Amino acid sequence: MIRTEELLLNVGPQHPSTHGVFRIIVKLDGEIITEATPVMGYLHRGTEKLAEDLNFTQIIPYTDRMDYVSAMTNNYVLVHAVEKMMGLEVPERAEFLRLIVMELQRVASHLVWWGTYLLDIGAMSPFLYAFRDREMIVDLFNELCGARLTYNYMRVGGVKWDAPPGWMDKVRDFIPYMEKKLKEYDNLVSGNEIFLARIKGIGKYDAATAIDYGLSGANLRCTGVDWDLRRAEPYSLYSRFEFDVPLGTKGDCYDRYLIRLEEIRQSLRILKQAVQQFPAEGETMGKVPRVIRPPAGEAYVRIESPRGEIGCHIVSKGKAEPYRLKFRRPSFVNLQILPKLLVGETMTNLITILGGVDIVVGEVDC
Amino acid sequence: MSDLRDDNSKALPDQKGPEPVEERNRQEDSTASEAAEASAEQRAELAASNSSSGPADSAVTEAAPQSEGQKPPAAVETDPEREAKLKAAAEARAARAAAKAAEAGADDSAPSQQPAAAGADPEREAKLKAAAEARAARAAAKAAADAAAEAAPPEPKPPSPKQPLLDAIAAVLKKEIAADAVEDAYINELNDDMPTIIIANAHWGRAARLLKEHESLSFNYLRNVSGVDYETHMEVVYHMIDLASKREVAIKVKTDRDAASVESAAPLWSTANWNEREIYDLLGIYFPGHPDLRRIMMPDDWVGHPLRKDYEPLDSEV
Repeated sequence: MIRTEELLLNVGPQHPSTHGVFRIIVKLDGEIITEATPVMGYLHRGTEKLAEDLNFTQIIPYTDRMDYVSAMTNNYVLVHAVEKMMGLEVPERAEFLRLIVMELQRVASHLVWWGTYLLDIGAMSPFLYAFRDREMIVDLFNELCGARLTYNYMRVGGVKWDAPPGWMDKVRDFIPYMEKKLKEYDNLVSGNEIFLARIKGIGKYDAATAIDYGLSGANLRCTGVDWDLRRAEPYSLYSRFEFDVPLGTKGDCYDRYLIRLEEIRQSLRILKQAVQQFPAEGETMGKVPRVIRPPAGEAYVRIESPRGEIGCHIVSKGKAEPYRLKFRRPSFVNLQILPKLLVGETMTNLITILGGVDIVVGEVDC
Repeated sequence: MSDLRDDNSKALPDQKGPEPVEERNRQEDSTASEAAEASAEQRAELAASNSSSGPADSAVTEAAPQSEGQKPPAAVETDPEREAKLKAAAEARAARAAAKAAEAGADDSAPSQQPAAAGADPEREAKLKAAAEARAARAAAKAAADAAAEAAPPEPKPPSPKQPLLDAIAAVLKKEIAADAVEDAYINELNDDMPTIIIANAHWGRAARLLKEHESLSFNYLRNVSGVDYETHMEVVYHMIDLASKREVAIKVKTDRDAASVESAAPLWSTANWNEREIYDLLGIYFPGHPDLRRIMMPDDWVGHPLRKDYEPLDSEV
């Protein structure tokens, strides 16, 4: 007689494949997961509480630290929400700069995902390729605002710094470089049989489930739902540019992988147009009152971050500090589907599925 | 040692006590003498500018009341007065330019520098006068404009394009549930005219089902759930959208602060599951019907709900 019993296994919080301090407790029957319980909060810093004592300019650096892989889009959602409530106009040059850094950020963020995802499932070298190319974007940001990760670049009404001379040329040169490298990525990984065996058909769900769980970003689009806020509810200058929204059909990890790679391509396409149309001169800061006081009331403003819909719900009482500031973080919402996906899967697929969701724990915990 | 330090710390305020008063007196003396040096006609002009009471001339007008009741001003500068008036009439253009300069630097220029000149420089006075006049004129123009704005009846704003959607949703909710299910319905102009409906807490459970399942509503995608502590009451805000038609609505449910409770929307939209857990954790709103209402961010043994406005940490030293 073989004695069998259920095994309770703790993964994390210090586990390299959890991308930070995220913990998941799994019940195992042999190698099959019967129940998964995510535990989070290890990186909870109380950003929303802290924000209630800060003015809006002071909150911007806190947004950098939520999704630290995509700080530019976080900056944008906050300043965009305040601008919307106050009815402020942003100069065109500033808006172009914002859009360009946001798209560069999307490329950088997807590169981090691509590298670490492959690292998770056992391929070491793609990580080095991805970080080599991401480094070029980080250098561009460094030149623009003096930081490599937490940029604190945007302000209510514009951007803090204008692009230094020659910066836009470097962005222009980066686009064909990255396009070339994308082909290299495809050659290196996308057709690899071992890789395909690991991710094809894994972590599948349909469109109705994705909508029920409020998924967004590639996690929603992999099921074929055409929902990209840059297209569906255009903000910034996105309505001026041509780009495609890549969609999947099967809703598995492989579709999510392909969508993210294609999104890099589309971001480069937007960048190419934006660099071309970039106004030669102009203001980088609009006319903004010295003390930023949104009128009493509330607004929920959302944009498309690399991970999905990032939203900012501001409740204002007409003061310089928000009365309540709530961030809708895509990683937090997307992660909810994880326990459902894991039931019946093997331990190795836990890593594949978790990586495929693309979370940043700084954003899950806020 | 500690006693000594205590004594010192106690003694310090006593010793220091009178000093600030003396300092203040000294300051007052100096400003008084400075102000007294200001010429009589200058004061008259300043008083005139006082009536216009624009924000920029606060520094200038300050000098006027202070000099009152001080030394009677010496009446030696009658000649400069005439000269000043002549100059003001003749060099209107220069004065206008000066007015701009005076306005820009009103804060630091007026009390500290003028007395030093003490009316000896008629050109300066002319500029001052011109500045005061310009300010008065501006104030008058502004007052007139304000009066005109008040007199004209405010034009009725065209109804928001989302008004029909709001009315339709409110009508369905009232018809299917109860007339008092909708406490309020308005267009939130700050948020791209977001239709916003406040639903009575008692009817929220049925209203939520209707919002998701009624064929004319079908809000299938719950984007965000926020909890807000208004100190008088709590509020849960649901932002939902129908992905197919892009119709969007914000729903608010109010609840009492002491026994905060709102029926869970998690059985309808799975998005609400963790969002409601977060609200329960940070704001202490209870969600009956929730499948797994536990803390999510704070440790399980945490006391209190940090996002409440009256939250006091259990151990304030940590």
